[in-house]
Amino acid sequence: MSTDTFLSGLTRRGRGQIPMLVTSVLLVVMFAAGSVSYDGFLSGQVLLNLLIDNAFLLVVAVGMTFVILTGGIDLSVGAMVALSTMISAWLVQLHGWPPLLVIPLVLAIGTGAGLAMGWVIHTFEIQPFIVTLAGMFLARGLCYTISIDSISITDPTYTSMAQTRIPLGELFISPSVLIAVLAVVVAFVALHYTRFGRNVYALGGSEQSSVLMGLPVARTKIGVYGVSGFCSALGGVLMTFYMLSGYGLHAVGLELDAIAAVVIGGTLLTGGSGYLLGTVLGVLVLGLIQTVISFQGTLSSWWTRIVIGALLFVFILLQRLLTSRRRS
Amino acid sequence: MTGHRLFWPAVVLIALLLANLAFTPDFFAIRVRDGHLYGSLIDILHFGSPLILVALGMTLVIATGGIDLSVGSTVAIAAALACLHISESDDPGSLGTVLTAVAIALGVALLLGAANGVLVARIGVQPIIATLILMVAGRGVAQLITDGQIITVTSEPFKLIGGGYWLTVPFSILLAAAVVLLASMLTRRTALGLLLESVGGNPVASRLVGIRAAGLIGLVYVVSALCAALAGLMISSNVSAADGNNAGLWIELDAILAVVVGGTSLNGGRFSLGGTVLGALVIQTLSTTVYTIGIPPETTLVFKAVVVITVCLVQSPVFRAKAARRRSGARHGNRPVASKKLEVGA
Repeated sequence: MSTDTFLSGLTRRGRGQIPMLVTSVLLVVMFAAGSVSYDGFLSGQVLLNLLIDNAFLLVVAVGMTFVILTGGIDLSVGAMVALSTMISAWLVQLHGWPPLLVIPLVLAIGTGAGLAMGWVIHTFEIQPFIVTLAGMFLARGLCYTISIDSISITDPTYTSMAQTRIPLGELFISPSVLIAVLAVVVAFVALHYTRFGRNVYALGGSEQSSVLMGLPVARTKIGVYGVSGFCSALGGVLMTFYMLSGYGLHAVGLELDAIAAVVIGGTLLTGGSGYLLGTVLGVLVLGLIQTVISFQGTLSSWWTRIVIGALLFVFILLQRLLTSRRRS
Repeated sequence: MTGHRLFWPAVVLIALLLANLAFTPDFFAIRVRDGHLYGSLIDILHFGSPLILVALGMTLVIATGGIDLSVGSTVAIAAALACLHISESDDPGSLGTVLTAVAIALGVALLLGAANGVLVARIGVQPIIATLILMVAGRGVAQLITDGQIITVTSEPFKLIGGGYWLTVPFSILLAAAVVLLASMLTRRTALGLLLESVGGNPVASRLVGIRAAGLIGLVYVVSALCAALAGLMISSNVSAADGNNAGLWIELDAILAVVVGGTSLNGGRFSLGGTVLGALVIQTLSTTVYTIGIPPETTLVFKAVVVITVCLVQSPVFRAKAARRRSGARHGNRPVASKKLEVGA
């Protein structure tokens, strides 16, 4: 390899990481600004609370990263989270099923639904957007056929998961954080160190080339929706730990937060380029916006949505800038 | 006959209407009371008018191969602006106040649509993402305008837009009909429709033959936003209030559904305004049916999901090819189908 191609390869690689770098800087600046402006902001627990409050979003966004890396999109995740909370609450609370049976069942249902959507997308060549939209309608509708009202959970397993504090020196985290971090680690290894992960990137780069190279396109494409389905079901389980209830209106708009986290984390929406850890940073940015707004006190919650929208705008422009330069 | 593109949407609509007859025997009855038309059919048209408008704009966007997710937020913003202006004015009942309110709502919608158009046509962001920004931020903006409250207004001229009657017919029906008529004249009596389909079919080729693709794409997002704003005015006028959180919630999905049911392909390149109107009426009838039969309204979503999937499967060339092969009984094993290149009339 000549020095020239090596250098251009290096800058190209570096350019792909620019959005993630920007996100890291943004995170540090936001945290610094918060620490200067508000008393009690500068503490490890505030950072850990970010994870505690956003564990389910983190897991869902991890699944979404896989789908977006292949150039697809999954709009059903928020509804799948809601359906998972609903099924859990219904079976545990109203039918007395043991949680150890219900949780694997919910995960299986989520994975199955994801695989089914992936199968329809691949087999019939229908846009992912419309298939997952139908999945979203179906899942939300099923929530309401179970019950229109919220079902609260009083099962001891769930309440202990909600209340347990795992000490970390003087600070603490919840069991959900451990599960979410484990999910991130597993996804990171799967995406960056396995054949499946490389196929995901290849498929996002060019489906046609992947077919010609003999990669298992069908398995990969259906697989990422399965991963996303599993992650949203797991997100739903974590949400039942957090909310201690099942409700058809849980996680409304979560799909948008997940997409926003992936984009802010620097993953290209056209697929093929991005990092899982970028998504983690993206989730932390979204969580920090909420924290700042709650510390501010005078700002209303709808500012969160406006700020997220503005951030999305900036990062998408940044992506366009970087990709168009790369092409020319 | 079955080959006509409006055939299947019409069949579905008629079947749905007839199904209602089984539950409500006087479903088709239309009465005149106090000089106003009443009846289930009128209700469907009346409550379906905002959806028809939004779906109309969406059809033009989809014809160019795009999608507009921000219409729901635009509905909420337009409703919030209009109601805020009327509620803060000294004379809420005057025609001038209402006209100013309508102008403000439409003007802001014009800007929002133009912003979407610039993002898609000039900067080259995927339509679903470009409009996602406004979809996320727009609801926040709407709540900012209403200060998180539900603004109620009492204004006779404003009430007319969505809840009033004119010549015994609900005004919203007339308004929607006028817009549909105008749009179909512009797209079918002039070359505009053809140009839109050309851009949707292949933007690069269109640009090379001298069609201003960017301008046309920008235009459809503006039209879509204006239609959404008009729908927002209708919705808020009908309930005499603006709710930043719930006005137009999920209407973008219903609109996309209406377009798809109407036979317009999501891939762009062809569209049918008549199909969209039929599609919107199918969805409104579906909602009405669910209400009248007494199923919890929230479960409408399940029916909608089934409709979306069925319609998409029927539209999918691969599905058609597979179904046709099965019907003819000829088994070709796993021979790959070059389906993306198959042109199948929708």
